[in-house]
Amino acid sequence: MSPHNASPSECPATTVPACLAEGEAPLVSVDGLHVWFALPSGRELHAVQGVSFDLERGVRLGLVGESGCGKTTTILSMMGLLPPSASVAGAVSPRARNILARGEQSVRSHRWTDIAMVFQGAMNSLNPVKTVGSQVVEAMEYHNVAHGEAARTRAGELFEMLGISAQSGARFPHEFSGGMRQRAAIAMALSCSPDVLLADEPTTALDVMVQAQIGELLVGLTRELGMAMVLVTHDLPLVAQLCERVAVMYAGKIVESGPMDAVFHRPRHPYTRMLFAATPDLYDKERVVSIPGAPPQLDRRIDGCAFAPRCDSASDRCRVQHPRLLDIGPQHKAACHAKDPGACT
Amino acid sequence: MSSIIESPEVQPVSDVGGEKEPSIGTFAIVWQVIRRRPSAAIGAAVLLLVIAISLLAPVIAPYGIHQQVGPVYGPPSFKHPLGLDDGGIDMLSLIMWGGRVSLTVGLAATVVAIFVGGTIGILTGYLGGVTDTVLMRFTDYFIVIPVIPLMMVIAVLWGPSLSHIILVIGLLQWTTTARIVRAQVRSVRERVYIRRARAIGGGHLRVVLRHVLPQVAPLLVANTVLTIAIAVFSETALAFLGLSDPSRTSWGTMIQHAFARTAASTGAWWAIVYPGVAVAIVIMACYLLGQAIEDAMNPRLKVSHVSVRTFGVRLPPREGDS
Amino acid sequence: MIPRATVVSAAHDCRPLVEVENLSTYYPIRQNLGASILRKPRRFVKAVDGVTFALVRGEMTALVGESGCGKTTTVQTILRMIDATAGSVRLEGEDITRLTGRRIRAYRRRMQMIYQDPYESLDPRFRVRSIIEEPMLIHHVGTSRSDRRTRTLEALSQAGLTPPEFYMDRYPHELSGGQRQRVAIAASLVLDPVLLIADEPVSMLDVSVRAGVLSLLDDLRRDGAMAVLMITHDLSTAAHFADRIAVMYLGRIVEQGLADDVVCDPLHPYTKALLSVVPKRDPRRQTKPQILRGETPNPANVPCGCRFHPRCPVAFAECSTVDPALRSPSSVSDAHHSAACLLV
Repeated sequence: MSPHNASPSECPATTVPACLAEGEAPLVSVDGLHVWFALPSGRELHAVQGVSFDLERGVRLGLVGESGCGKTTTILSMMGLLPPSASVAGAVSPRARNILARGEQSVRSHRWTDIAMVFQGAMNSLNPVKTVGSQVVEAMEYHNVAHGEAARTRAGELFEMLGISAQSGARFPHEFSGGMRQRAAIAMALSCSPDVLLADEPTTALDVMVQAQIGELLVGLTRELGMAMVLVTHDLPLVAQLCERVAVMYAGKIVESGPMDAVFHRPRHPYTRMLFAATPDLYDKERVVSIPGAPPQLDRRIDGCAFAPRCDSASDRCRVQHPRLLDIGPQHKAACHAKDPGACT
Repeated sequence: MSSIIESPEVQPVSDVGGEKEPSIGTFAIVWQVIRRRPSAAIGAAVLLLVIAISLLAPVIAPYGIHQQVGPVYGPPSFKHPLGLDDGGIDMLSLIMWGGRVSLTVGLAATVVAIFVGGTIGILTGYLGGVTDTVLMRFTDYFIVIPVIPLMMVIAVLWGPSLSHIILVIGLLQWTTTARIVRAQVRSVRERVYIRRARAIGGGHLRVVLRHVLPQVAPLLVANTVLTIAIAVFSETALAFLGLSDPSRTSWGTMIQHAFARTAASTGAWWAIVYPGVAVAIVIMACYLLGQAIEDAMNPRLKVSHVSVRTFGVRLPPREGDS
Repeated sequence: MIPRATVVSAAHDCRPLVEVENLSTYYPIRQNLGASILRKPRRFVKAVDGVTFALVRGEMTALVGESGCGKTTTVQTILRMIDATAGSVRLEGEDITRLTGRRIRAYRRRMQMIYQDPYESLDPRFRVRSIIEEPMLIHHVGTSRSDRRTRTLEALSQAGLTPPEFYMDRYPHELSGGQRQRVAIAASLVLDPVLLIADEPVSMLDVSVRAGVLSLLDDLRRDGAMAVLMITHDLSTAAHFADRIAVMYLGRIVEQGLADDVVCDPLHPYTKALLSVVPKRDPRRQTKPQILRGETPNPANVPCGCRFHPRCPVAFAECSTVDPALRSPSSVSDAHHSAACLLV
């Protein structure tokens, strides 16, 4: 059985943006990011363990993983939105300067102007007692991007670009539907023309049709404005639909990353493979299978590969030695000891 | 083909905040609050001490309360650390015995208040609709009735007695309890597990007793303790105004006697102050304990966004570290 | 005459277990004083507006649609948690639409619901064994304490929580989301229900865990001779696990049929659009999305004629005046796949 209309050439996932071919410098570079949270019991939770990736112009990266894998913490650290119990190591470098070097001081000037974020429920980002337009204007004025009338005009333009009428800026968030609120939140994120847009489960709470609208919007933004985007989600098919690159996270680390096509068709890491196998597809009738067990606690040291207890191809080496993230193909990396692709697929 | 079974590894659902495991059961919750918060521990200890002294008064009071052991308004001395009252009776013994009456009235009035308030709170919170509207208006009328004038009227009509005082205090105090319980029941009523209990066929009574009440109980305990404080104070106030039974010695009547028999002008401050201090101690103890439980029941607010944002920066771990 | 959906299969009991006929549930919108005085006509939120379908033992039916389409209200009406405004619900042949109070309790035993939120649907103060025992106590199942204990252990095993003795004494907060859902399923199994309704049973669970719970539901309907009605907004899950799919829009079923038929050969433009925007796993097999503009209208303002016509990409003049009933294309010999569209 086959889908009644399929035209793969139109899909964002398989269209390679021109910039990758040129070898341009990345818009933002995350290098060896570690995040620890101090727990009341005195222990530390090592939530993010050495995450690195680069984003060039117009690239959409899907950061995938389950709850507790550290994907949300990763992007929150890129914005420096961490609680006092957190400590970070490593570098987040929009325009080649590490903004985490001196903590809050160094991040603040880059927050929103270089890197901006769209959160899961738009009601989390919008102040319910202020009009939507005034909040976008407020963001611009706070960061000295525009003031007064100029700011209002720009807010109107942003709304139009995102599919909301400029006049609706005078309305309150509760008067908007879910999809429109999310567009308003995106407008707020775009208000200071950031280079990088981080989206944390932006469509999870929305209907599938609205999800498609917002997805189309986000793809359009990266294409027209040349922004880079990180889409954090647990929804693998969504990443397949919207992103060219994917990074799979498990227990605080990236276990596999690469072009979406390669990662789906030639997954190296068993977790990636099992995650795809656990996701039902509309047309594929192959039986879906759960992954037994649960992710490890990150407040203690883990010997060897964190996924070994649940892995179906774990060897003794896996339980002792931690696998490093190695190249296995063009731009395709995986952290797994199994050398033979046949053993995993 | 059987489904893949998750491993029986049980992992507490704790997030980054590292919440300690919640206590189950009202007594466990109260005990946990007492253990964790010093104020609650102090309050509970003092309260228990006062109750114990009052209960044991017949045994441990040094002198009888009708026994003159010295001059009128004898000052505090080694033999009588709290002095003597206008009849030459030992103040310490009087306070111990007086506590029995004050606490009895306080506790009894509280029982009335909690019972009436709790019932009305649950009915209005759970049933809603017409019941809610009618009963809450009824509650509103009770809120506005002032205690002292009412007691005065009753004292004139039916004579001052302890049972009248208990009823009056109880019947005017339940309104606060009713409102608190109602609010809590209304929020609990919407929880999914309540709807589920109804969906599997549970009747209203079962749902209220087994599912709603346990959620309300800790708050009710806090409210009870705080109501005791108010009840004891109310009794003291009414007794001071001469509206209580004069033949039963309570802390309030002690103060009243002292004022009526010119303790102030004679300079016999001990006859006025010490009973007052006793009342104050009980109220403070109840307040500390009740407030601590109430605070523990409130959902904890996450700290971070309101405080000044800051996070630490450190060196990356060396290769080979986890 | 709207064709009743039944599955032609020798292995299954062909008599429908649950028959819903023309079910409607309207919520009146409160009128202000001015409108009452002026005697303006009352307006209603037509949450469910004429729904007809049937459920058969051993079959899983997926009720699919976006928020506001009425799928939750339909299910609440079937369970008699809400009163129907019109139409009827029959359980094993008996009309339960107007039953209330004590009489409905007997039927409640046969219809059990699994809720969406595993973190909220279990009383945090009850141990697992009390949670599973409670339905038995309410309906007087089980002759003695030890009998109930045996049934509890059995239900836990059936739900995949082994060793069952270990789980008996746990509190919900000690279990993961998937384990909690299994406890909820075990608690429903203990009453031997004939209908299991699952309201988005896995949407709040991690992806790696979903398959297990869904497979459990799949096995239960097969082995337990019960019907499973699953509400979901996720078409991929519906396509994969359900035998039949019914697509709802604004309170009406706009398409229904066997899952394979609906997914591979959709008849209604809404279904076609939905299927095109659902993301697929394989980046090479993404379909060109047919994104509908705007958002689903409010059920208080149902459009005249075909309720989908304002957003329909292929609507024509007649669509704004005629409200089509479910109909099957003449070319299809199997009269079980139908859609409410004039183009069928």
